Amino acid sequence: MDQQCDCQTAVIDEQKAYQTLLQVIEDYDRKPSNLIQILHMAQAIFGYLPETVQRFICEQMELPFSEVSGVVSFYSYFTTQPKGRHTIQVCLGTACYVRGGKKVLDALKDLLQIDVGETTADRRFSLEVKRCIGACGLAPAVAIDSVVHKRVNPNKLQDMLSQYE
Amino acid sequence: MFTMTINQQQVTARAGETILEVAKRNHIQIPTLCHLEGIHQLGACRICVVEVEGAKSLMASCVTPATDGMVVRTHTPKVRKARKVLYELMLSDHPTDCLHCARSNDCEFRQLGEVLQVDVSRFAGQRSKNLVDTSSAAIVRDNNKCILCRRCVSVCNEIQGVGALNAQNRGFGTSISPGGDLLLGSAVCAACGQCTLVCPVNALKEKDATEMVWNALADPELTVVVQTAPAVRAALGEPFGMPPGTLVTGKMAAALRRMGFDAVFDTNFTADLTILEEGYELLGRLAAGALASGAVTREQLDKLNLPGHLPAPVLPMITSCSPGWIKYAEHFYSPYLDHLSSCKSPHMMLGALTKTWYAQKQGIDPKRLYVVSVMPCTAKKYEVTRPEMATDGIANVDAVLTTRELAHMIREAGIDFVHLPDEPFDSPMGQSTGAADIFGVTGGVMEAALRTVYEVVTGRELPFEKLHVQPIVGLERIKTASFQFADVKPEWSFLEGVTAQIAVTSGLAGAAHLLDEIAAGKSPYVFIEVMGCPGGCISGGGQPRPVNDEVRRKRLEAIYREDEGKPIRKSHENPDIKTLYSEFLGNPGGHVAHQLLHTCYTVRSRT
Repeated sequence: MDQQCDCQTAVIDEQKAYQTLLQVIEDYDRKPSNLIQILHMAQAIFGYLPETVQRFICEQMELPFSEVSGVVSFYSYFTTQPKGRHTIQVCLGTACYVRGGKKVLDALKDLLQIDVGETTADRRFSLEVKRCIGACGLAPAVAIDSVVHKRVNPNKLQDMLSQYE
Repeated sequence: MFTMTINQQQVTARAGETILEVAKRNHIQIPTLCHLEGIHQLGACRICVVEVEGAKSLMASCVTPATDGMVVRTHTPKVRKARKVLYELMLSDHPTDCLHCARSNDCEFRQLGEVLQVDVSRFAGQRSKNLVDTSSAAIVRDNNKCILCRRCVSVCNEIQGVGALNAQNRGFGTSISPGGDLLLGSAVCAACGQCTLVCPVNALKEKDATEMVWNALADPELTVVVQTAPAVRAALGEPFGMPPGTLVTGKMAAALRRMGFDAVFDTNFTADLTILEEGYELLGRLAAGALASGAVTREQLDKLNLPGHLPAPVLPMITSCSPGWIKYAEHFYSPYLDHLSSCKSPHMMLGALTKTWYAQKQGIDPKRLYVVSVMPCTAKKYEVTRPEMATDGIANVDAVLTTRELAHMIREAGIDFVHLPDEPFDSPMGQSTGAADIFGVTGGVMEAALRTVYEVVTGRELPFEKLHVQPIVGLERIKTASFQFADVKPEWSFLEGVTAQIAVTSGLAGAAHLLDEIAAGKSPYVFIEVMGCPGGCISGGGQPRPVNDEVRRKRLEAIYREDEGKPIRKSHENPDIKTLYSEFLGNPGGHVAHQLLHTCYTVRSRT
């Protein structure tokens, strides 16, 4: 019995999360024009916007699912997939692109076996693309969480990733 | 009023008009694709671009307001080139299978290509979509063909207030869908099919039933019975080049007989029957209310010809002929389903009677009877799949064809429709009154019901000129009227002096308004008619394209013409209905009627 199951806490946490979200929706007067702000807050609460959360918002705000889902899928900020413990942002701004950013991205996709916008099965990494992170002098650049890695070599990615658990 | 110049021509414009509207009024044609008058004006496709003097870029004429002194050119080299490039870009993401596409002949995208004289397609490349969604019983979505014009989105969200379809994702990945991984069959869709009516291409269409019907017709074991809804006869001529508003009742019956149907019945017959069932249900609800309040005694009620078990006194009662409306109510207003009349829709009643009464009369095994309904409606395709629409495990109706599908079949059968003689429907379910005809237009069921209910209670005709309740005739979204029961027959004394307020709406957004009133406890009405499609069945989701208010008005006039031309115009005077009750059903709302002609509803989720 030394391994403790945390199911119970997870359920309570989820209930709390929905209560918080409900409060947010009420704070925003349930107005459809505030949908984007509410989705922002929802993503902050849950970490991502799974269908169940979107449906909860639809029901509370009396909006069609297709409309909420349309907004969620339009903005790249919103994600319907849980985020990994670490977020890899590959810069594909002009400078990084011409200096091999695309190759770095392809190599990362290969290595992690995921596509852009996805998360590895072990929830270790999420992969994103950014259009210029303002580190052109360091191109090609990759930001992992808040750390910028400079002049990334697509053949030596393993070393870079091994710093993250 | 001010003046502007279009193509060197001085024209007058009114404040608030767009360039496109001014041009149209002055007989200058600007090609459009996504534009849908009064419904969809977003400037999404940009095909309607024009040059405006002083403007930096080309302007979409459908969304650009006309201004005083504006100088517009509609087909300069720059404009023509832009339109062609836009067209080619759209074409690069559209299958070019026009030779074997069912919409080929009335595809607005293909027709536009001809107007623009596009003769090359230079941008072949990746395709963005490949989903064909056949999950709905009523509507097929072929996303390959979608050109993202968003007309369906406007109709579904703004006119119908349903929101089953919206744009998902962005850029090249954009698609019009119910969202997430949802397919239409499991989405909150009323199946009204208004999207199929406005889709310019073959991306939204009814689910095909023609193959099933051809197979049934070819099966020597089956007796195949067909019935036609009231609105079909006012529109079926259009696909054969006849002008909107042409009545083709007799030709339609003749065509169906030539296609090989064994009996050609008329849904109008059971529209008359619906009036009896629904009329007595309304009277039953009023009586139950009077009984509860002590305004009448049980003994007094026993003298009336009311249903054995009185319905609950829930008012207003709402009509239940429109299966799109029913599904909408089940999703969005499930706490108020007891307001819905328990009557099945008329074609389901005819199906149920065919496989019982008619089968017995003819000595046919009901399992060998195949009932086909020709409907102006896509939701009827869904309705026949509802589990409660069967009697003893036998489906009431086996296949539903839209008006459009019937036109295709008539053409495929090689029938020269325009030159057919007029033929009557078959007995015993072919005769109908004028009251049944008007089921096809908004306000019709209400008027038909009032013609009977008022006369049952007072013994006199409904006091309106030509029996038309003028305030509820026409295309307005919500229409209301009121009348008073005065000098009633002695046995109905509890209704003496009662003023009945009624409301009629068509299109689901109007229904939402009336239901919100009920939810707020503020509905002043005793009886409400709801038709799922704007204008009623004459512009149902299964009717020939195009549909606009002008076409609606012509079909509406045709329907009222049909009514006024009938010798009998009140449902309770239909002699065959009287026979049906005396031979088979007993009383309206009686035991047999209840088993065969009434139904129940299902609570559904709103997301």
